[in-house]
Amino acid sequence: MAQVTLRKVIKKYDEVLAVRGVDLDIADKEFIVLVGPSGCGKSTTLRMIAGLEEISGGDIVIGGDVVNDVPPKDRDIAMVFQNYALYPHMNVYENMSFGLKLKKTPRDEIDRRVKQAAQILDITELLDRKPKQLSGGQRQRVAMGRAIVRDPKVFLFDEPLSNLDAKLRVQMRTEIKKVHQKVRTTTVYVTHDQVEAMTLADRVVVMNAGLIEQVGSPNDLYHSPTTKFVAGFIGSPAMNFIPCHLEQAAGALRLRLTDSLSMPVPASRTARYTAFVGRPNLMLGLRPEHIMETRPHIEPDQHDFNMTIEVVEPMGMETLVYFTVNGAEICGRVNPNAGAAAGQSMKLRADLSNMHLIDDTTGKVL
Amino acid sequence: MADIAAPNAAVLAGDRRTGLHKLMQRKSTIAFLMALPLILLIGILVLYPACYAIWLAMLNKSMTKFVGLGNFQFLFKRDTFWDVVFQSCLFAITAVIFKAIIGFVVAHFVHNIPSKGQRKWRGMLLVPWVIPPAMSTLAWLWLFDPAYSAFNWILAHFGIGPVPWLGETGWARFSVILVNIWAGAPFFMIMYLAALKSVPEQLYEAAAIDGAAWWQRIWYVTLPMMRNIIAITALFSLIVTFANFDIVRVLTNGGPLTSTQLFGTWGFKLGIESGDIPLGSCVVLFMVPILAVAASVILRDINKRGSEV
Repeated sequence: MAQVTLRKVIKKYDEVLAVRGVDLDIADKEFIVLVGPSGCGKSTTLRMIAGLEEISGGDIVIGGDVVNDVPPKDRDIAMVFQNYALYPHMNVYENMSFGLKLKKTPRDEIDRRVKQAAQILDITELLDRKPKQLSGGQRQRVAMGRAIVRDPKVFLFDEPLSNLDAKLRVQMRTEIKKVHQKVRTTTVYVTHDQVEAMTLADRVVVMNAGLIEQVGSPNDLYHSPTTKFVAGFIGSPAMNFIPCHLEQAAGALRLRLTDSLSMPVPASRTARYTAFVGRPNLMLGLRPEHIMETRPHIEPDQHDFNMTIEVVEPMGMETLVYFTVNGAEICGRVNPNAGAAAGQSMKLRADLSNMHLIDDTTGKVL
Repeated sequence: MADIAAPNAAVLAGDRRTGLHKLMQRKSTIAFLMALPLILLIGILVLYPACYAIWLAMLNKSMTKFVGLGNFQFLFKRDTFWDVVFQSCLFAITAVIFKAIIGFVVAHFVHNIPSKGQRKWRGMLLVPWVIPPAMSTLAWLWLFDPAYSAFNWILAHFGIGPVPWLGETGWARFSVILVNIWAGAPFFMIMYLAALKSVPEQLYEAAAIDGAAWWQRIWYVTLPMMRNIIAITALFSLIVTFANFDIVRVLTNGGPLTSTQLFGTWGFKLGIESGDIPLGSCVVLFMVPILAVAASVILRDINKRGSEV
């Protein structure tokens, strides 16, 4: 149980900066997920916390101690690797007890802790099997068990689910969440899958190009992204970005998407957006669920418009429709019974109360 | 399929041809035919000489009379034979152990050299193994020369020596073992290096996080992961070292007296130099049961372990 703090942490490989100054405070017992595209420095950051990579600058503090030069074995951390990294010549029991054995823990204490962890993970009947005899999901559990028995200050997960098939991944995701609820230990979890990040994290850290883009709760990131990168990275299907202009007309602001299509900006946002009237390179950010079929009852800040649908993707519980506005491909989520058909015009509705205005030059959400 | 579909009117001769055709089409037949050249080669080069050696070992000195196990009985009664057994075992076991240890250590060093420079080092370290032993042993022979050799010259500077490298039983045994280690360690190095490269890096990382110090990582991760390679390399080297001929022949010719004779060199001395071919092949045949025991022990362990990883 411990806090983890990163202060201006830098990692340089020769002349390439992989991590360019990361500041992060992780509270005790918190579940933090580092997420980002490949090469964004998330795994490197995790490995620096583990001590598997030296840091080129800054400080890493675990439980109040600066651990910059402390070797991994003395950091009191446990790590679950992407390919599990179980010792193939040891059985499950030996794999799980290896760390405790090295620490010269008394044998009955080891036995107690291994049995307890095995029970939490439901692998008691696998204890005398070799890793080769286990399925992917079982190996994953053993790797977690190996971490749990150590009772470390911090759990580190390095893309632990990416070697599993889609169904098992969802199952193990829930499993990891359950385990964290039982064994409340500070956890840092790295993934490139934003769904995993959203579902598991207390707070999500979105990284891009060696820097933190935004830190926040899953809902914060989803509803109030601060950059275009976060807005586009979190959520599936991704947020729509439509080039637009702001126009002032009769005391109200209008969002002009094309010559023929414009919509009034919600009154609550007028004050915030007035400064950007006439600014070039603006974009409207709108999530697919905020573009729907037209309905009889209309809420404030909702606006109907007609579009020719280009592609229809039925998903069962909803149907995705694709069309083009101002050169941008837009995705909307409509009711399966709304009668969407490719090549046909359809009356759609945009809910601007959830809009984002983005300055495409700086990549910031305004 | 085409055969089955053939019209019933096919004559008997046709049937026979079809049978042969079928036999030729069977996978096992094809496999046998393709392996035949190798089987013949092994038969000519291995089986025939082996059987011939056994046959020779049961003849009298002039090879005119069958004496059964007489030669073996004669050998058992000679002290020199038991000396050779002891010397061969001492030579092979000591040399293999040191070759394995040195190979293991050097493999670790080479493994940790950045990959850019590694090729160069690997190449250089393989040199002792690549040059013909008879030639390199000649160089060692000069180095060991009691009167004007480099070794004794250097030692003299420290007030030590002169060391009778090849002139005294203990030193002579030391010297032949040393040269054998020098020539054989690179083979272990290259085998262990390959094995080291196949151990996943993440296992070491997991062990480091589990709290293993460097020697614990070697003991608990490297060694178990390399077990099979270590066993196979040791077995292979044991056979080759046991049957060593060239190094001893060039360096000491079995001397002083017979104190560095091995099965191979003593068999050669008796059989070729002294003209008692049956007794010589009798000596050499003694390697077979000893190596068979060693091979079965090591290979059984590999089979047992092989199913785990």
